[in-house]
Amino acid sequence: MGRKLDPTSKVKRGPGKKAKKQQGAETELAKFMTDEDTGSKRLSSRGRKRAAKRAQTLKKPKDVPEEQPKKGFTDENSKWLKPVKRKRKIAEAESEDDSDNYWEEEEDDEEEVVEQQQQQKKGEKAQGKKDAKLELNEVEEDGSIDDEDDDDDDDDEDDEMVDDYGTLDDGSGDEAVAEEESDGEELLPIERAAKKEKKLKETMGLESDEDEEEEDDDDEEEEEEESDGDMDEEEEDTIQTNIDEMDQFRLPGAEESEKEGVLPLDLKSIHHRIKDNIDVLCNFSTKREEGKERAEYISLLKKDLCTYYSYNNFLIEKLIDLFPLSELVDFLEANEIQRPVTIRTNTLKTRRRDLAQALINRGVNLDPIGKWTKVGLVIYDSSVPVGATPEYLAGQYMLQGASSFLPVMALSPQEGELVLDMSSAPGGKTTYIAQLMRNTGTIVANDANAERLKSVVGNIHRLGVTNTIICNYDGRQFPKVMGGFDRVLLDAPCSGTGVIAKDPAVKTSKDEADIQRSAHLQKELILSAIDSVDAESATGGYLVYCTCSIMVEENEWVVDYALKKRNVKLVPTGLDFGKEGFTRFQERRFHPSLRLSRRFYPHSHNMDGFFVAKLKKFSNVIPTAPGGKEDETAEATEATVATDPPIQKPSKSDKTKKTVTSKASSPNKKAQANGTAAKPTANIKSKGKKNLTTGPKKAKVAKMDGETVQEDKKPLVKSVDKTKPPKTDKKEGNKFEKKQGKKTKNPMKAKNRMGKNKFRKLKHMLHKQDVM
Amino acid sequence: MRPLTDEETKTVFEKLSKYIGENIKLLVDRPDGTYCFRLHNDRLYYMSEKILKLATNISRDKLVSVGTCFGKFTKTKKFRLHITALDFLAPYAKFKVWVKPGAEQSFLYGNHVLKSGLGRITENTMQYQGVVVYSMADVPLGFGVAAKSTQECRRVDPMSIVVFHQADVGEFIRNEDTLT
Repeated sequence: MGRKLDPTSKVKRGPGKKAKKQQGAETELAKFMTDEDTGSKRLSSRGRKRAAKRAQTLKKPKDVPEEQPKKGFTDENSKWLKPVKRKRKIAEAESEDDSDNYWEEEEDDEEEVVEQQQQQKKGEKAQGKKDAKLELNEVEEDGSIDDEDDDDDDDDEDDEMVDDYGTLDDGSGDEAVAEEESDGEELLPIERAAKKEKKLKETMGLESDEDEEEEDDDDEEEEEEESDGDMDEEEEDTIQTNIDEMDQFRLPGAEESEKEGVLPLDLKSIHHRIKDNIDVLCNFSTKREEGKERAEYISLLKKDLCTYYSYNNFLIEKLIDLFPLSELVDFLEANEIQRPVTIRTNTLKTRRRDLAQALINRGVNLDPIGKWTKVGLVIYDSSVPVGATPEYLAGQYMLQGASSFLPVMALSPQEGELVLDMSSAPGGKTTYIAQLMRNTGTIVANDANAERLKSVVGNIHRLGVTNTIICNYDGRQFPKVMGGFDRVLLDAPCSGTGVIAKDPAVKTSKDEADIQRSAHLQKELILSAIDSVDAESATGGYLVYCTCSIMVEENEWVVDYALKKRNVKLVPTGLDFGKEGFTRFQERRFHPSLRLSRRFYPHSHNMDGFFVAKLKKFSNVIPTAPGGKEDETAEATEATVATDPPIQKPSKSDKTKKTVTSKASSPNKKAQANGTAAKPTANIKSKGKKNLTTGPKKAKVAKMDGETVQEDKKPLVKSVDKTKPPKTDKKEGNKFEKKQGKKTKNPMKAKNRMGKNKFRKLKHMLHKQDVM
Repeated sequence: MRPLTDEETKTVFEKLSKYIGENIKLLVDRPDGTYCFRLHNDRLYYMSEKILKLATNISRDKLVSVGTCFGKFTKTKKFRLHITALDFLAPYAKFKVWVKPGAEQSFLYGNHVLKSGLGRITENTMQYQGVVVYSMADVPLGFGVAAKSTQECRRVDPMSIVVFHQADVGEFIRNEDTLT
């Protein structure tokens, strides 16, 4: 096409696979040309003449030469063309085939998107432009110039762009076409596309419109039907004729549902019913059937969802609580589809571009995951097993779900730090931490399951990670083993309700007890994880808690529990997408800062359901657990109470030792002065701490809501005043506190004032026991 | 976990020197800190002193692996290199063999390298010299022993073995359980 047989103009043809392929060529050529020619050279002789002419005719001719050195692209182009150019220069030699070029461009996803949109736009433009031009040329004053311009536009990409630029900059708008175009260039690409489409519709015979109209008609018909139904309902409220099943959803009667029990409905009709049911529930006031309760609809919906998606009743109920109805079905549907296979580049051994190149050569079809990660690739399809390519075996990448990137990104480990991965198997996150730390510092990879640790060993060695200690402890005992970590990642064991797509057994195998059990374990783990963190770390002091569950019980609740039990606060995760964590859920109210945690869902983010929360520890001191709130299960708190004394030790030993010993004595004295009985050592210690920690406590108190403030203050009051008045206070408190009070106080009373020496002895003994 | 005895050290270093020759001292004297070998569960681990100190916190029965595993001592007190040592052998290797893309797969499945799959070979490789096997893209795939010297390789028929297989990265999948 055109006089100069310019491949660039070919590129601009419509979207689709072909356009995509040639995309590379376009940019390549564009760059090629810009590289060679400087601005002034770039103009053809005719172009120069034109420029001169324009300089005479236009008011502001300076703009043209001024902008020319800018490699002659419109500003819209310059935005995305430059970075690509630079990359291309480097890789030009190797990148020859289409896939190459394609890849290169995808280095920057954002750019690519813009580019593609532009491609589409241009494709449309190519047609629309001509029409417009022909009409407009006649109208214009200096039509001859424009005519030339426009002709050239078609022929010579660069000229077109230069000219566009000039006109754009002129802004005086003597050229209608150009003006229009420049207008378009100020719009977003999508807006432009829309504009073009509109124009096309006007000029051409409204071909596409007909289709759309047909669709519209359908829609309208439906709407009409619906509104008819509504009207019917309204009109015939009193008459109550039997409304057609198709128009209006009705609940099946008792007989029908009985019949259903014998002859199960086919899935299709159930699916239809679910859709209708949800539609009704979403607009309940207008679409409900008279005399039917919302509960009836809901119970039918539950039953249908259970049958259609084969969940157990418990899980469906949980999910209904969790999602708005409109989202629920999306979620359930998303669970039926596998998430895309994603891999993470091992930057210790290779670069993403090189890896992608190598895999493309093996016949793997891939793309970067998204702009939020620089190491992730998503695999669409592959002619070879992705988990057994020589690249995989050589440790250049790791098969890892996209959601598993997130906690590590939130953790953002720094070089030279000491990091703990509390439940590391199979080593995906551990190796990612190592690669972010560039193999410096130390990572302790722990897992409770010795069998699963084998995969950690394999992956760590395969990926060339050398800074790792792998051990096999129960995470709950970890603070006893070692402490003082700069960062801790706790990927807690969970019910797996976020990964139903991966493991459909979850649909039916989980019940309330399972959730409670894992929530309990998680609470213990998060406390021990927090105790392993060193708050005084110069660079860190962070804990990232994540689960692949979407249950509130296993996520927000656990974090909320940790907030109450330890001197930690939530900090932003640093992930710029995902949904905010719940601060309130049904009857539960969580700490408002839980907003900073992030939830990820399969239907909205196309990755496994996931929860990430990042906590910062601001004090190594462990507050006592008098403030166990009513919403904790007694069991859980008891367990933590039991584990408290041993937990205290390691953290004490590193930093707080001096403070504790010095300070513990003072409250001790105070207690004695007050005439209150001395507690067993553990209690005293913790009590002392309570008093001491007023500093950080206050900081925390400021953050906590009113309830916790009260709770935190209570012990203070208690230690200063006599025991009696707070006790009455306690009686007013909830049941659990009473229990707690008994536990802590009764021994106190029974022992009734212990001598200092005796106390020391006892302390010593306890200490010994703990050590054992 | 304990340091090696003199005898063990000798066995290990003899074995390593078959692949990396005098470069062995680069393993021990590193500019980025002191590195050392430790024996744990008959496995030889190579780690920096810093990690070693931290690892002492962990009791022996709970410790699974520290740093990089180089190989294991057999019951007869011989030392056998594992594929996990490849990361430290490959950069220092004195003699290298490159296999053609078609033969990569075969080698990664645990087969010897045949003449037909031989892409390049370091000059002056002696017979029974330890070699590191690379793909043509310079990705280390494993190591083995040269079955023929470079001179002989030129003459032999395509189906004869030129490198005996010892370890390949495919073992990361095949023998995951026995790596450490």
